[in-house]
Amino acid sequence: MSEPRDTFVPEPERFEFTAAPVHHFDWTRRDFFKITGSGVAVILAVPRGADAQESGRGREFGHALPQEISAWLHIGEDGAVTVFTGKVEVGQNIRTSLAQSVADELRVPFESVRMVMGDTARTPWDMGTFGSRSTPTMAPQLRRAASALRDLLVELAAKRWNLAPGGLKANAARVADPASGRSATYAELASGQKLAQTIPAEDPVTPASQWTVTGQPLPKVYGRAFVTGRHQYTPDIRPEGVLCGKVLRAPAFGATLVSLDSREAQAMPGVTVVRDGDFVGVAAPRWRDAERALAALRAEWKTMPQPSRSEIFTYLKNNVEPGGERNARRETGSVDSALAAAPHRLAETYTVSYIAHAPLEPRAALAEWKDGSLTVWTGSQRPFAVRDELAAAFHLPEDRVRVIVPDTGSAYGGKHTGEAAVEAARIARAANRPVSLLWTREEEFTWAYFRPAGVIEVKSAATQDGRLLAWEFHNYNSGAAGIGTPYAVENQRVEYHPVRSPLRQGSYRALAATANHFARESHMDELARAVGMDPLEFRLKNLTDERLRAAFQAAAKAFGWPGKKERPGQGFGLGGGVEKAGYVATCAEVRVDRASAEVRVERVVTAFECGAIVNPDGLRNQVMGANIMGLGGALFEAVEFENGRVTNPRFSEYRVPRFQDVPQMDVVLLDRKDLPSAGAGECPIVGLAPAVANAIFDATGARLRALPLVPNGLKGLPL
Amino acid sequence: MGEPLQIQVNGTRHFVAADPETPLLWVLREDLGLTGTKYGCGEGACGACSVLVGGNLRRSCQVPLRAAAGKAITTIEGLEQNGRLHPVQQAFLDAGAFQCACCTSGMIVAGVALLGQFPSPSPQQITQFLQGNICRCGTYPRIADAIARAAEAMRKARP
Repeated sequence: MSEPRDTFVPEPERFEFTAAPVHHFDWTRRDFFKITGSGVAVILAVPRGADAQESGRGREFGHALPQEISAWLHIGEDGAVTVFTGKVEVGQNIRTSLAQSVADELRVPFESVRMVMGDTARTPWDMGTFGSRSTPTMAPQLRRAASALRDLLVELAAKRWNLAPGGLKANAARVADPASGRSATYAELASGQKLAQTIPAEDPVTPASQWTVTGQPLPKVYGRAFVTGRHQYTPDIRPEGVLCGKVLRAPAFGATLVSLDSREAQAMPGVTVVRDGDFVGVAAPRWRDAERALAALRAEWKTMPQPSRSEIFTYLKNNVEPGGERNARRETGSVDSALAAAPHRLAETYTVSYIAHAPLEPRAALAEWKDGSLTVWTGSQRPFAVRDELAAAFHLPEDRVRVIVPDTGSAYGGKHTGEAAVEAARIARAANRPVSLLWTREEEFTWAYFRPAGVIEVKSAATQDGRLLAWEFHNYNSGAAGIGTPYAVENQRVEYHPVRSPLRQGSYRALAATANHFARESHMDELARAVGMDPLEFRLKNLTDERLRAAFQAAAKAFGWPGKKERPGQGFGLGGGVEKAGYVATCAEVRVDRASAEVRVERVVTAFECGAIVNPDGLRNQVMGANIMGLGGALFEAVEFENGRVTNPRFSEYRVPRFQDVPQMDVVLLDRKDLPSAGAGECPIVGLAPAVANAIFDATGARLRALPLVPNGLKGLPL
Repeated sequence: MGEPLQIQVNGTRHFVAADPETPLLWVLREDLGLTGTKYGCGEGACGACSVLVGGNLRRSCQVPLRAAAGKAITTIEGLEQNGRLHPVQQAFLDAGAFQCACCTSGMIVAGVALLGQFPSPSPQQITQFLQGNICRCGTYPRIADAIARAAEAMRKARP
C-alpha cells in the first residue's frame, strides 16, 4: 500500500508554506554545459502533478505549471558522474543513499558518483528536504534519469560501431559488444560530446530484487572529512576579511524597539552597528568583539504580557482559530450512538509540551555581497525557500541571490526557515564585508521555532471481547500528521483544531505524529486494560493492515512480549503506527526505582518496515537515532517559558538524552523488496513515547498522559 | 590587548594577539583557522568544542586564552599523523559512528582522552566519561562501540 505519488500535500504545520514564487526554468543547452562541462547529460522533467514535492508550489497546487526540472545527471569526459539535486544532507545520509541508486542504475562504481546538492545556482528547484520524501521521490527519479543516461551511452556506442543498440551491454562504466568483444568506457563515449536529453520522470526500471549497489550497507560518503574535522559546516567557512555578526535580541517575544543608543558600540574598533526597524545587528572582527559590541548597546524595548507554560493547555483549548474546523475533520458512522451503547467506554485527555530541535549546529549563515549579488551559505532544509526569503527581504531578483547549503549539523525539521541567512545578509550589507553569523545556543533555544504543544482528547468504546466500536479524537494545536487511526473502527470522528500558538512553532521530526501516536497508543493501552486484554492482542484484534501487524509481531517476537517481570519496578509497554509510508512498532522496558525516584528506559526493541531497504546501515542509524531523540521528548524535554521569555535556553537547563540515558537497543528491519522504498527519518520516532508511557503504567500503575512523562523522575506522580 | 600570547597547537607554536580572556575555542577557530573544533553551547555542557590541553580533556569554550598559553594543545586536526588516522578516528569510520557528525570532533577528542586514562574501558566507563558530550542524532551506541574498537586496536598495536 504505497502512497500515491501524485497526492503529496505538505501538512499545514510544515512551517510557513506561504511562499509561492514564480520560477522560470529557461535552461538552455549552453547554460547547462556551463555548469557541467562537456559530456552527456540527462535532464529530468517533472510534468505538473506527477510529483508534488518536486514540481509543486505550495499554494499553487492545481494551477497550470510548466514542465519543470527536478534533477539532472551528467557524465563528463573523464567518466565522472555528477548528480545535481536540490536535496540537502543534514545527517540523514541521503547524499550516500541517492548516490547508491544512481550507481546501481547507471552501472558505475559507487565511488565514481558525486552529488551536487542544495545549491540554488547549480541544482534544480526543490521544495525542500523534509516529509520523508527524498527516498520515495528523488531516488526513483534519479534512477530513471540514470537508466536513460545509460541508454544514451549505449546508443552512442552503437553509433560508433555501427551496430544496433539492442545487442550491447552496459556494465562497470563501460559499454560492451559481447559478439565482437569490443568495448568502450563511458568516459570515451562522453568525450567530445555536448549531448543533453530531457526525459519525463517515470518509475524506475530495475526492480529492488535486482539491485546491486542499493540495499548494501555502504559507509557514509566523505566520512574521512568528518572524522578529521575537515568538513566545513557553514560556520567553518571563513573567507578573507570575514566579520562576526550578531543580532540584538529582544527581551521577550513580540517586543518592539523603542530606542537605541549605539554610540559606545560604534566607537569600538572595527565595529559596525546596523539598525533597520526593530532589527539591530553588529559586525565585529571576531566573536568576542561582537559580544562586547552587543553588550555595549543600550536598547529600550516595549513588551506585552504573554501566556506562560503553566497555563498553556488551557490557553490552547480556549484559542482555537475561527474557521479551523474545516481542517482535517473526518467522520464515519455514528460515534455518539456507538459510544452511548457500548459496554466499555473511555474518555481521556493527553498533552504534549513544546520541545526544541536543538541541532548541535545552531542556525548559521555566511553572507557575501558582490556587485549587487548576494551569496549565502547556510544550514537549511529548504535552500530555495531561503533564496526566496532573501530575494524578498532585499528586493532582489532571484537570479541575484545564491544559496548554498553545506552538509549541515542536523535539522530534524527545525531548519525550514532562513532567519540567520537574512540577518547575516543585512549585517554584511551594512558592513560591506562578508559576515558569518552563528546563533548562540540561547538564541537557538529561544528564537527558533518549536515542536507545537498540544491537547488531545480521546473518547473510545469497545465490546466485551475487545473490538473497537467508536473512536473520537480531537487534536488542539499540535497538528494533523498521524491523526488518523490505523485500527479498524466503524464509527469515527477525528479532528484537528488549529490554534494561534503563543510560541513560534513549526515542523519537527514526524511533526504531530509523535503527539498523535502518544495519545492514540496510550489510549489503546488503557482500553486494552479496561477490557482485560493483553495490549498486543487487543491491537492485533483491531488491526487489518498487514504491514503494521507484521511490524507489531516482529517487535513483540524480538522483545519477548509480553515479558516476564523478574525485578521490582520493571514494566513493559508497546506502541506503533503508520507514518510517512513507514510501519513501526516499538517495545520498551522500563525500571522504576521508588527509593531514588528514578525512571530508566532499560531496553527498546523497534521493528521498522519502509519497503525496499536502500542502505541498511544508514537505516539502522536513523532508527536508533530516532528512538534516542524520542527518549528526550518522552521523558524530560520541555521548553519552559514565562511571559514571552524562554527560561531554560541552555543545555545545562534543557535536558537532552545523553550517553547514560541510552537503553539497550535492538532494531529489526523488515525488508520488503516487493514494495517501494519509503523515507525513514521520521516514522521510527513515533512508537517510543507511548511504549515508554505504557511501560511506566505496567511498572507502577500510574497512567501518565502528559509529555514529557517524568521530567522530575517519580516526584510528584500519583503513586 | 597587551603582548601576544604564545600557544602551542598540534605541535606548532603560534603567537596570538587577542584579549587573554578570549575562550580558546574562538582563538582556534578565528585566529588559527582550526574550525574542526565546534561551538555547541558556550557553557561547557555539550562537548562539541573538546580539545586536549596539556593532555587533559577540556571544553575549549571554557578555557581562556591566558590559561592555555604555554601549554601543548591538541585539536581534532592534530590527531591524524602522516596521513594515518588516529585509531579512534579510524574506529569512528569503521563503526559508522556519526550522522550529521557535528559532535564527532568533540567525541573523538574525548575518546582519545578516555583511552589515555582507561586503555581498556568498560562500557560503564565509556558512558560515564562521555556523559558531557551530546549527540543530537542519537548515535551514542555506535560511538561507544567505536571507542571499544579503538581500545582493542590500540591494545593490539602495543608491543
